[in-house]
Amino acid sequence: MTTKFETHEHDVLIIGAGGAGLCAAIEALAQGASVGVVCKSLLGKAHTVMAEGGIAAAMANVDRADDWRTHFRDTMRGGKFLNNWRMAQLHAQEAPDRIRDLEQWGALFDRTSDGQILQRAFGGHTYKRLCHVGDRTGLEMIRTLQDRGVALGIDVYMECAVTRLLKDGDRVAGAFGYWREQGRFVVFKAKSVVLATGGIGKIYKITSNSWEYTADGMALAYEAGAELKDMEFVQFHPTGMVWPPGVQGILVTEAVRGEGGILRNKNGERFMEKYDPKRMELSTRDVVARAIYTEVREGRGSEHGGAFLDISQKPAEYVKKKLPSMYHQFLELADVDITKGPMEVGPTCHYVMGGVRVDPETAESTVSGLYAAGEVAAGLHGANRLGGNSLSDLLVFGRRAGMAAAQAAKKVRQATIDQTQVDKAEREMLAPFQNGNGESPYAIHRDLQETMQKLVGIFRVEADLQQALQELEKLQERARRMHVDGSRMFNPGWHLSYDLQSMLTISEAVTRSALARRESRGAHSRIDYPSLDATWGKQNNVVSSQKGTMMLRQEPVPAMPEELQKLLADEAEAVAGKGK
Amino acid sequence: MAGESVTVSQGHFVGTLRRDAWWTEILPAALLLGAFGIYATFRAFEGAYYTWGPYLSPFYSPLIDPQHHFWPWSPALLILAFPLGFRTTCYYYRKAYYRAYFMDPPACAVGERKRNYCGETKFPFILQNLHRYFLYAAIIVLGFLWYDAIIAFFLDGHFRVGVGSIIMLVNVVLLSTYTVSCHSLRHLVGGKIDCFSCTSMGSPRHTGWRAISILNERHMLYAWCSLISVGLTDLYIRLVAAGVLRDITIL
Amino acid sequence: MADAILEVFRGDRQGGKTEQYRVPVAPGMVVLDAIHYIQGHLAPDLAVRWNCKAAKCGSCSAEVNGRPRLMCKTRMDALPLDQPIKVFPMKSFPILKDLVTDVSWNYKINKKIPPFTPRPGTDWKVYQDDVDRVQEFRKCIECFLCQDVCHVLRDHDKFEQFAGPRFFVRVAGLEMHPVDGKSRAKLLRDELGIGFCNITKCCTEVCPEEIHITDNAIIPLKERVVDQFYDPVLMLVRKIRGVNEDSK
Repeated sequence: MTTKFETHEHDVLIIGAGGAGLCAAIEALAQGASVGVVCKSLLGKAHTVMAEGGIAAAMANVDRADDWRTHFRDTMRGGKFLNNWRMAQLHAQEAPDRIRDLEQWGALFDRTSDGQILQRAFGGHTYKRLCHVGDRTGLEMIRTLQDRGVALGIDVYMECAVTRLLKDGDRVAGAFGYWREQGRFVVFKAKSVVLATGGIGKIYKITSNSWEYTADGMALAYEAGAELKDMEFVQFHPTGMVWPPGVQGILVTEAVRGEGGILRNKNGERFMEKYDPKRMELSTRDVVARAIYTEVREGRGSEHGGAFLDISQKPAEYVKKKLPSMYHQFLELADVDITKGPMEVGPTCHYVMGGVRVDPETAESTVSGLYAAGEVAAGLHGANRLGGNSLSDLLVFGRRAGMAAAQAAKKVRQATIDQTQVDKAEREMLAPFQNGNGESPYAIHRDLQETMQKLVGIFRVEADLQQALQELEKLQERARRMHVDGSRMFNPGWHLSYDLQSMLTISEAVTRSALARRESRGAHSRIDYPSLDATWGKQNNVVSSQKGTMMLRQEPVPAMPEELQKLLADEAEAVAGKGK
Repeated sequence: MAGESVTVSQGHFVGTLRRDAWWTEILPAALLLGAFGIYATFRAFEGAYYTWGPYLSPFYSPLIDPQHHFWPWSPALLILAFPLGFRTTCYYYRKAYYRAYFMDPPACAVGERKRNYCGETKFPFILQNLHRYFLYAAIIVLGFLWYDAIIAFFLDGHFRVGVGSIIMLVNVVLLSTYTVSCHSLRHLVGGKIDCFSCTSMGSPRHTGWRAISILNERHMLYAWCSLISVGLTDLYIRLVAAGVLRDITIL
Repeated sequence: MADAILEVFRGDRQGGKTEQYRVPVAPGMVVLDAIHYIQGHLAPDLAVRWNCKAAKCGSCSAEVNGRPRLMCKTRMDALPLDQPIKVFPMKSFPILKDLVTDVSWNYKINKKIPPFTPRPGTDWKVYQDDVDRVQEFRKCIECFLCQDVCHVLRDHDKFEQFAGPRFFVRVAGLEMHPVDGKSRAKLLRDELGIGFCNITKCCTEVCPEEIHITDNAIIPLKERVVDQFYDPVLMLVRKIRGVNEDSK
């Protein structure tokens, strides 16, 4: 193919330079592939950097009884058994080795007194399991991976956004995108493409996610014909900041609760006693988020609509040492000294369990040559993710995706890309400049966030979801006519116009999946169907594009081998739901 | 490379968009260092009024050849190079005078003169690297000053506390804190070790390094306090020796 | 609450001018919120880098009223609102557009630094006492504000000879890593130009992570360079013992 656009060729193209993308790159390089990494921001700024609490891995450094089986069981239990069992197994088995990789690449975790990696308690984990560095574990992880990748010589295309995957027949053959800086278009040819683009938080108004979390990876995969799974499961982290307004949604790490933080309502009651008397504050995120939401709705919330999270009973020096960024975050942004008084917290959209449906061993999607790892992929977390399991997810499946992508690339030749795909992709991108007097994408985005927050939030109900679908249709219509001013040079309005399309598509997938699942499970709570349902406990929602229309169908949850079933025997039945 | 095409008037000398009175940051340093410099030079060359009773001015300690057997000039000139050199090459004072006198930079994000800047890579500033040797000398001098401070409590073989003895004691304590909080000492005691737990004597050296690190955080404070105290101690002894003041006996 | 006027630099490599925007002030608002308000309502094409808005990623570096700051950490109520708030891009780096500068130089310098190299035969037993010091350096979020404010780069353009505070922090993290077995002293002196630093501490003043860049990273590294290249006694001792200068 000859094209008028700047073109780069790689064996493996990785989209996204967070934990998963960098792990994939490092592994693909180790396999001898030529690797290109494309990322929307500067290297090292990806969302991984915001992860605070730790990386879950059954290393048994602190609690000797821990092993992969317990980690596997916790993960399945947390995900309400909708997880792909094989992914959960691989994850639990391989995570400790991946932690050792990080250490050998220079990461410095907090230590135990006998010189091993220290582990802390976290919601839903039976044992102290989270390897951490104070409350900036994600930063340590991304810097370690970044340095490792740079030392190995990865090519990084920074501040470059991919807008289309290019295909050769059924196989992925590359990607089309633009440089954010100049607005020039660029074509990547690749034998394998790994999506590591993260999540979708920006479809909600209150979110802990950065601007990058615009659902692009899922939209790219969906448009390329891949299937999405479990899209109804959006995790609302129980503790985001609620005041002042500018910081609403910014994450308050679960490590606060891991280190002994206590939740109270405005009457001073430790309300988790009502919702999960056994695990209390260290219950799973879905339970705690709903508890806070319920307290607020029933009039027992704080002044600004949240709950009080208090760690001030611990010595001030300890808090500053173990939770330094939380200490500074509240002191500087909210004028609250957390060593002296409580934080005001409320749920914030944090993570999506659903995503691109992948093969558990190779992380390959249903489109040949297209891989997905990290938050953009589905399967590991089922209906609810445990804290700490996302960073280990990135390490385990990022590496697996990189390995499989590199090995597959050895077996195929660089494909050809026909010009019509590229021309179409270019036309789509330029359309908003040509639209006459449409709206600004910012206005449509604000309305989308309001709609999703109000109608497809923590608690869902049939009528709201139906209304959301109608609203989304209107928003899609408005988006078709949106207009962008200015030039193509670093123009955030133009960038948003593309991201908005992805967000609209994926919002629809979330809403349709939520509408279909007539039960409450994990992060998905239906007011009209408040309990678990046995039938739904055995199937996943799958979304795909059929000739431009979004189709939804159910697939049975893969059956677990007997020895794993035994690990779960005592509780699987209870959680799966006993019918009605 | 920087900002060549940006039409913002902050590239020239003392150009800045800062709103605050940035020059108030360097003014006290410039005045104090200047005043001390002038006074110390005067006193170093004066060669008189440096001792009274059991008191000896810190500018003249250790006192060498006061009777001018082989050194015809002020005895201070024989030894003052060491404590002054220690301060001149001190990591804190370097900051203070590079900012206050060389305007390199006058203050953060305030423009400085465009010229061939070499930092500490060329003579004479490359000699700053010898700070640790001045530290060694300063520690020896400090030994003498402690001796002076102790004998300042004895007049004619009897224990006596005078205002001067207190002043000398406070001074030597401040000088010691300043010396012990030195960056070079911190390095020598433990900073140069990468792995305390795999080095012999690692544990006590870690403890020492930790302690010095805590003091080191206030190195600037100790630098100023001890500079003022050493100047005032000398001034006090000079005034007493010259008969302007009378040293009061407390005990 | 009252409105604030922001005076924002608008322009690109060809030059530019400032433009004023009126923004309503909400409680707890930071400068980045005001910039977002401008994008959302007044100038959708205003270019700015940002990611986390929680001082964890180090993207939204700019100069607010002449001071290098993270916009997400700069509270509006800490600024005088009687005059326009001046928001400019970082001065030391070439401008791309509006508040966005070309920081690629930093990534080039970073490649010069030899990576973490574990000592052969290490058992990976690492104690907290050995880790504390390095963990401070690992807090760096690469906002490059220290690079921006450092006069060696800002006023003297020593981009060829000098690596800047950020990379001294990185090297300090490697040099003092309890398991790393490589010495970077020669690199520090010859290629990263640590001698150009005259320890005037502006890097420490602007660091949003409160890393004591000068006292804990640069000065200890300078002392290590002295050990290797300027201390005659130590140099003699090494000569007698025949120690290789690349290992620690």
